[in-house]
Order: sequence, then structure tokens, then C-alpha cells
Amino acid sequence: MRIRHPKDFLTGLMFLLFGAAAIFFAADYTIGSAAKMGPGYFPFALGALLAALGVTLLLRSVFWAKGSQAGPVLHLKPLVLVLSSVVLFGLLLRPLGLLVSTTLLVVVSSLASHEFRWKVALLNAAVLIVVVLVVFVYCLDFQVPVWPVFMAVRA
Amino acid sequence: MELFANLALGFQTAVTPMNLLYCLVGALVGTLIGVLPGIGPVQTIAILMPTTFSLPPVSALIMLSGIYYGAQYGGSTTSILVNVPGEASSVVTCLDGYQMALQGRAGAALTISALGSFFAGCFATVVLAVLAVPLSELAFKFGPAEYFSLMVFGLIGSIVLASGSMIKAVGMIVLGLLLGMIGTDVTSGVQRFAFGIPELADGIGFVSLAMGLFGICDIINSLEKKENREILKDKLTGLWLSKADLKASAPAVLRGTLCGSLLGILPGGGAILSSFTAYMIEKKISHNPESFGKGNIRGVAAPESANNAAAQTSFVPLLTLGIPPNVVLAMMAGAMMIHGIQPGPRVISSNPELFWGVIVSMWLGNVILVLLNLPLVGIWVRLLSVPFRLLYPAILLFCCIGLYSVNNNTFDIGLTAFCGLLGYVFHKLECEPAPLILGFILGPMMEENLRRGMLLSRGDPSVFFTRPLSLAFLLVAAAMLVMLALPAIRRGRAEAFKEE
Repeated sequence: MRIRHPKDFLTGLMFLLFGAAAIFFAADYTIGSAAKMGPGYFPFALGALLAALGVTLLLRSVFWAKGSQAGPVLHLKPLVLVLSSVVLFGLLLRPLGLLVSTTLLVVVSSLASHEFRWKVALLNAAVLIVVVLVVFVYCLDFQVPVWPVFMAVRA
Repeated sequence: MELFANLALGFQTAVTPMNLLYCLVGALVGTLIGVLPGIGPVQTIAILMPTTFSLPPVSALIMLSGIYYGAQYGGSTTSILVNVPGEASSVVTCLDGYQMALQGRAGAALTISALGSFFAGCFATVVLAVLAVPLSELAFKFGPAEYFSLMVFGLIGSIVLASGSMIKAVGMIVLGLLLGMIGTDVTSGVQRFAFGIPELADGIGFVSLAMGLFGICDIINSLEKKENREILKDKLTGLWLSKADLKASAPAVLRGTLCGSLLGILPGGGAILSSFTAYMIEKKISHNPESFGKGNIRGVAAPESANNAAAQTSFVPLLTLGIPPNVVLAMMAGAMMIHGIQPGPRVISSNPELFWGVIVSMWLGNVILVLLNLPLVGIWVRLLSVPFRLLYPAILLFCCIGLYSVNNNTFDIGLTAFCGLLGYVFHKLECEPAPLILGFILGPMMEENLRRGMLLSRGDPSVFFTRPLSLAFLLVAAAMLVMLALPAIRRGRAEAFKEE
């Protein structure tokens, strides 16, 4: 047994997992009958369909596929840096305010570029902070903490 | 004439200083974001959607349509000058547009693309206005069975456009439908798939899903490529078309407009399909097909007119039947729902000023684009030379702030990052996210109509096959599936996508 189409195989696995999860959780809700469908009916049916599609893809990638296909190539650096910059911004916006979280977002996400330079990233952050303050905070009166909580208490 | 009365009402609504301003701002900002390489209308709308949420519904929709047209126009500019299409619908424009730019005729290409789009926009607006009333009256005769079958038809139609495996596309639709189930069930009040997270009680936010799958995911993908773009630094000279250019492109614009108007209405149709088709038609009927791909002005005029016409007429199924025919319109539908307007036949009778206001503002958006973009093209070109490493952190920042502003909570930001991760996985596995978004929008409606239909028929599923209209929709959907599965057509489709 050899997996000829790794991308199809993984997609099949993903569909199967999502489908199984949907079936598993939908079974907890009332299924009802065809005439009087409960909240579980449609999700259950969709989950079953998705799982079936997943199984088809799995089988096809192993048994019926012709030729071979390259597997997915991952570059984790941009993925991890961009996503974590966004998550960081979300986590820090409330406690540390706009200035700190914006700087972090810009610097961390800039690290993902292969042309990263500290000076450029910090300058970019400074320019963007000014833009955000002028456009969102003063013009659009956007309700967001600007300063960190511990500093704003005094003001 | 009722049509004129309706359009007059539309003008009354749209031509207020405030709404004109929103239309203008929308078109400007839309172009601004849309002109960035790799960012098309879908991404632009996803990124800018939150900025419209504080406005009243009419103004918000007017601004969104402005953003949409602006983004589309911006995308053509990038295709012509940088040879990087923002989205699939401007891929065709690259073929001849970039060649024209290389020959120093970028100005002519930009001008014909703007004028062709403008003509197409005017024509398609009239089509939309004429078709809207009778179609929405027809929609009132629809029962739940017809609606359900129509949605099946619409979803299957969206597969035609997804490149790659059909099973994957169907799976993405089903996954989208399932994601749409998350949250409180309207009929029973039961919370489904919410896992006790209070923020999920209302379901996954549409903005988070769209921004994650398109905005953030595309940024990550562009960062992986490390591509070097060549930007034409030559000064743009001579925006005016020569007489020969005009003579060559006028019939192409006309054909493109007709083709686009027609294809835009079909589910699964829209800008991509129509620009491809228009280009093929031009090439087929041309006396010297070899000149296409080498800077033939008709290869720019026809697809550009077609995609703008289709962009406009694809509002027809959304506003009259409540079915978004493609992803961009699914975004519009999502935005309408956030404003508390359920797209569908009722909009035209319950909110006539909104309906006609939006139609008129689409036309106004086209006027503004011609008046603004041609003179400002120099600015857009300069924007193109801003390096990506400075731009993407800014886009991320505006996404995050926009997300926070929707509900004033930070959960949405995390959810968006998660959707971005999901989008990345989809991209790596060659699963297109567009069918998923359509499924997500249609999921709740589909379930409701299925339940209602089955309740009325006392559990007898034959109701979907005995009502003639419902049967017709299902038959066409089945025919499309069979056709897609046929090897000959599959090969043809693969080739059509390869040309991208």
C-alpha cells in the first residue's frame, strides 16, 4: 500500500475527522423524525455525508489514483509568526492598550518577511500608530484602550 | 413607467451628500486596497467590511458596493501594470493587458478597461433594475421545497468554478454548511457545536471566517513565495485611446457586456466565468487569433467589460431570491445580514428605498470610478511600488482593529487567527475556500427550508421531486454534477484553469 496522492489522502482524513466530530456531537441533540426534524437531524446528515466523502477520498488516494503527486510543502515561519502576531494583538489589546499591542503586531509579523530589518519594522510601527491614532481613535471615535491599564488608571 | 419611478426613488436615496460621500470613500478605499498585488475584491471586502458596520444600512451597502467596484478596478490596474492578478477574474486581463503595458500602451489598456467597465456597469444596472421586480414576484411563489432545491442548485453551481477535484469541492460545501450550523438553533433554541463558549452562541462571526480564510491566509501565502515583482516604472503617458483602438474595442466591449450580464445572473457564474468566456469568444471570432496574448486591446476590453457587467448582474439572484451566486456576493449577503436585512424577495417590498438606492449607487460607483481612477492612476501606480514587507503588517493591523470594532471583543481576533490557520491547511491541500463560504451563508437557510418543507409534506421527501420548479432545479444540479464528472469535460475544465 502506497499513498499516491498525499494531498487527497490528507483532505480525506480531514473530511472524515470533521464529519465524525459532527456526527458525534449531533447525536447529543434531538434527532427527531423526517417530518419533525430536531436540531440534530441536518448536522447529523451533513456529518455523515462529509465522512463518506472523506472515506471516498482516502480510498481513492490509496487504491485508484494513477501516477503520483507531490505532498504539501510547509513553510512554518510565516505561518507561525503571522498567526501569533494576530493572537498576541488580541490577547494584549485590553490589558496593554493600542500602542503596545500595535508595536508588537507590526514587529512580530514583520519578522516573517525574508527582508526583515529592525529599523524598518520599528519605523513602520511608529507610522502606523500615528495613522491608527488619527484615523480610528480621533476621527472615527473608536472605543479602544490606548494606554496600558496600569497607566490609564491615573489619568 | 414604474421602472422610472423606482429609479427616481433610488436617486433620492443615493444622491444625498452623505451617501455620495460614502460611495466615494468606498470606491477610493476599495481601489486603494484592491490595487495591492494579490488582493482581490473578496479580500478587500473582507478586510474593509467592519468599517461599514457603524453606518445606517443603506449607507453601509452603498459604501460596500463602492468598495466592491473599486477593488475590482484596482485589481485590473495591478493586472495590467504588474502582471499579478488580484483574483481569478482579472487573470485574463493580465494576458493582453500586461503585454500592452510592456509595449508602452499601459495608458490605453487602463483607459479601455475603465471605459469598458463603465459601459458594462451602466448596461447591467438597467438589466438589474428591469429583472428585479418580476423575479422577486416569482420568488414569492416559491415554497420551502423550491428554496431548498434552488440552494442545492446554487451550491452545485459554485463547484463549476472551483478548480481541482470535485469531491473536494463538494466536501468544502458540506463543511461550510456544518460551520453555518454552529450557534443557537433558531427553531429549538438548542446551542449546537458551541462547546459552552458564550461567544459562539451566535455562531462563528462571518467577518472572522472571511478575513481568516481570505485576508490573513493570503498574506501568509504571499510571504511563502518570496516573489520579486517587476513594476513598470515608466511614466504613464497618453491615457487617450486612438481612433483605431476605439474602433477595435467598441464591439468587444459590447460583446463582453452581453456575455457578462448573462453569465452573472447564473448561480456559480459571476466575474470569473464571464471574463474567461468573453476572452474565449473574442479569440474565437477574431480574424487573427494569434494576436491575443500579445497585447491585443480587445483582449482587455472584452473581459474587463464582462467582469464588471457580471459583478453587477450577480446582484440579481441575491436581491431577488436571496441566493448569493458567488463568493463576493456571499460577502455582501453576510454584510446585509449583519445589518439585520435578510437578502431575498422581501427586500424590494419592505425596504424599497434601500433596494433602489443600492442599485442607483452601483451606477454612481461606476461614474465615480471613471472620474476618479483615470486621473488618479498615477497615485495607484506609486502605491504599487510600496514594498510588501511594509504593507502586510499594516493590513494585518487594520484587520485586527476592524475585527475588534465589530463586537468590541477580542475573541473574534483569535477566531480569525484560527480561521487563517484553517485557510492555510485548505490551501496546502488544494481545497478551495470559496464553496465553503457559500455553504456557510446558505447553511441556516437551507436547514430551515428543509425542515419546513418536510414538515408541510409530513415527512415525505417526494415533495422536492413533485413540484415542477423544485424538480427543475434539482435536475439541472444533477446534470451539472454528471457533466463535471465526465472525463472529457473534466479535462477541458482543467485546461481552462491551467491558463490562469
